[in-house]
Amino acid sequence: MSRVIGLTGDEAAAYAAKQSNVDVVAAYPITPQTIIVETFSEYVFNGEVHAEFICVESEHSAMSACIGASLAGARVFTATASQGLALMHEMLYIASGLRCPIVMAVANRALSAPINIHGDHSDMMGSRDSGWIQIYAENAQEAYDWIIQAFRIAEDHDVLLPVTVNLDGFILSHSLEGVEVQDDEEVSRFVSTRKPLFRVDPDRPITVGALCLTDYYFEVKRQQVEAFDKAFQVIEKVNKEYYELTGREYGTVDVYGVEDSEAAILCLGSTAGTAKAVAKNLRSKGRKVGVIKPWVYRPFPSEDLLEAVKGLKALAVLDRACSFGAPYGALCSDIASILYRNGSDLKIFNGIYGLGGRDITPSDIKVIFDEALEVARTGTVKEPIKFVGVRE
Amino acid sequence: MVTLKELTVEELFTSGHRLCAGCGAGIIARMTLKALRRPTIIVNATGCLEVASTIYPYTSWRTPWVHVAFENAAAVASGIEAAIKALKKRGAWNKEVDIIAFAGDGGTFDIGIQALSGALERGHDFLYICYDNEAYMNTGIQRSGATPHGAATTTSPAGTKIPGKPEFKKDFIGICAAHGIEYAATASPAYWNDYIRKVQRGLAVEGPAVIHVFSPCPLGMRHDSDKSIEIARLAVQTRYWPVYEVENGKYKLNIKVPRPKPIEEFLKLQGRFRHLFKPQFQHEIKRIQEWVDENWKRITELCGEA
Repeated sequence: MSRVIGLTGDEAAAYAAKQSNVDVVAAYPITPQTIIVETFSEYVFNGEVHAEFICVESEHSAMSACIGASLAGARVFTATASQGLALMHEMLYIASGLRCPIVMAVANRALSAPINIHGDHSDMMGSRDSGWIQIYAENAQEAYDWIIQAFRIAEDHDVLLPVTVNLDGFILSHSLEGVEVQDDEEVSRFVSTRKPLFRVDPDRPITVGALCLTDYYFEVKRQQVEAFDKAFQVIEKVNKEYYELTGREYGTVDVYGVEDSEAAILCLGSTAGTAKAVAKNLRSKGRKVGVIKPWVYRPFPSEDLLEAVKGLKALAVLDRACSFGAPYGALCSDIASILYRNGSDLKIFNGIYGLGGRDITPSDIKVIFDEALEVARTGTVKEPIKFVGVRE
Repeated sequence: MVTLKELTVEELFTSGHRLCAGCGAGIIARMTLKALRRPTIIVNATGCLEVASTIYPYTSWRTPWVHVAFENAAAVASGIEAAIKALKKRGAWNKEVDIIAFAGDGGTFDIGIQALSGALERGHDFLYICYDNEAYMNTGIQRSGATPHGAATTTSPAGTKIPGKPEFKKDFIGICAAHGIEYAATASPAYWNDYIRKVQRGLAVEGPAVIHVFSPCPLGMRHDSDKSIEIARLAVQTRYWPVYEVENGKYKLNIKVPRPKPIEEFLKLQGRFRHLFKPQFQHEIKRIQEWVDENWKRITELCGEA
């Protein structure tokens, strides 16, 4: 059974963790993630969960403690944002390298300097290659649904990788929405408890974190690559079971109206919601536009994305982070790569938008759709990278 | 005090590791594991002990052993301790275990002090052992917050103007004790039964405990490999390394040194202090002796011995 309750994105993340039989949470406060740890602390201090909450002295220690707890066989959850994620950076690679299936909510926020507390994706994009599965939620509902599924994906023995579920700072973290939540029992049955493949157990002593030099390091990394490949099947399986439980359908890529479209916007997270609303309006006026939103950013769902863009003549890829000095933003670079690999002649252009929480409005989106339709009509990209909504 | 006969013959830290001959860390690790009361999980900060004992696919550890990074042994131990508590609550962990974190002086005094302070303040049940060889020996002998005044390292060389490290050593046990933890102690591997008693005491404490143990380093302190224990003994007998414990805030001197040897006895066996014996730097030896005397006075006063 499910019911609809009012939750902010952060509360939805904490609620999902509460229902997911988490054993250990180690976290440090940082805007706009703080509500997650505050909410979870209430569960702990009111005796609603069996979890141990470690109120660490930094995000570096948060992730360090999460790694220790995960190696002991616990189900582990944490949350952070921005500078906190940056401070964890060293530990992110170790969490994935030691194959710790930690689940972390990231309430995406711009990185300093200049210091800014609002939403963009520079934090997660800065840790893009840290070996974590990366999922982006469009709304609080998706944050809730993906966090529950993330434990199943991370802890699957074919995967054993940490997972981040990203929710846009303030836009999702602090906005109250109606969220359809399942009964505790249902979620508990769905996620069960963690069954570790190995753990630091005195009955069967193992050494974890040994020195691997030129003779073995490369193979360890190759195994991580393989785990990312295997993750696709596991994500599909988990999505299917979750659909059977909840009726809410997920995949690696969310598409809206692309079947018959000439042009589309491709973006991550909450912006897709605005883009869908604008597309709906334009489509009612006979303009053939759609929206593509990768739910899963790592592993990059190349096949599903190629399938989604089939038939399009133009694609606007929106990045909410700068990749300084790079040919495109990170997401657009990935899209360009798979299109090239597939021999596609789809015309693309990149929109960099929303840095430091700058609003992206329906009229901004409409301008981008107009431009994409123009590119579809003429077959020419005039401006490969646009900065949307900035004062030049 | 334990006797040799009472010690287990079981070797949980096995031979075959690649630590240098005469390395204090290996001796300390072996003695520590002979002091265990029950199954124990080891957390090891990055450093000589870690790199030399677990070169994949080999390991010297017959206990569960975890290395995560340099600065976070105490935080990793916190996570393991919390996990075991939580797993016990849901019946997924059914045995009593102890947790020991090993870290060198760099990983403790400098880069790891925040994580250690946090773990001590939160009160996790674990024993933290800092093996102090008084510099970043693993990276090639750079000065740390634990390097003594006058010692030559690669980042505090014996220059023609500045003769080794200008600063003095941090009061590490004072810092730990200020957290209000139940047990903190210093030790020297030359006094093995005192050390083993302290490990046993530290493990028995419910909550965090800290041991700060002198660790001779033939390579970095530049002494002969067969002089390690002698140097560890001279450190105590010159009053350079007071051996004491702080139990619930109460200081107690464990090894009395009524007739201290002059500090030169300790310094002259080590190449890192060789430059101080040149005529133009002899006054630095006097400064070290003064520091030793003042530190001894401070500690013995705290111990109510003065």
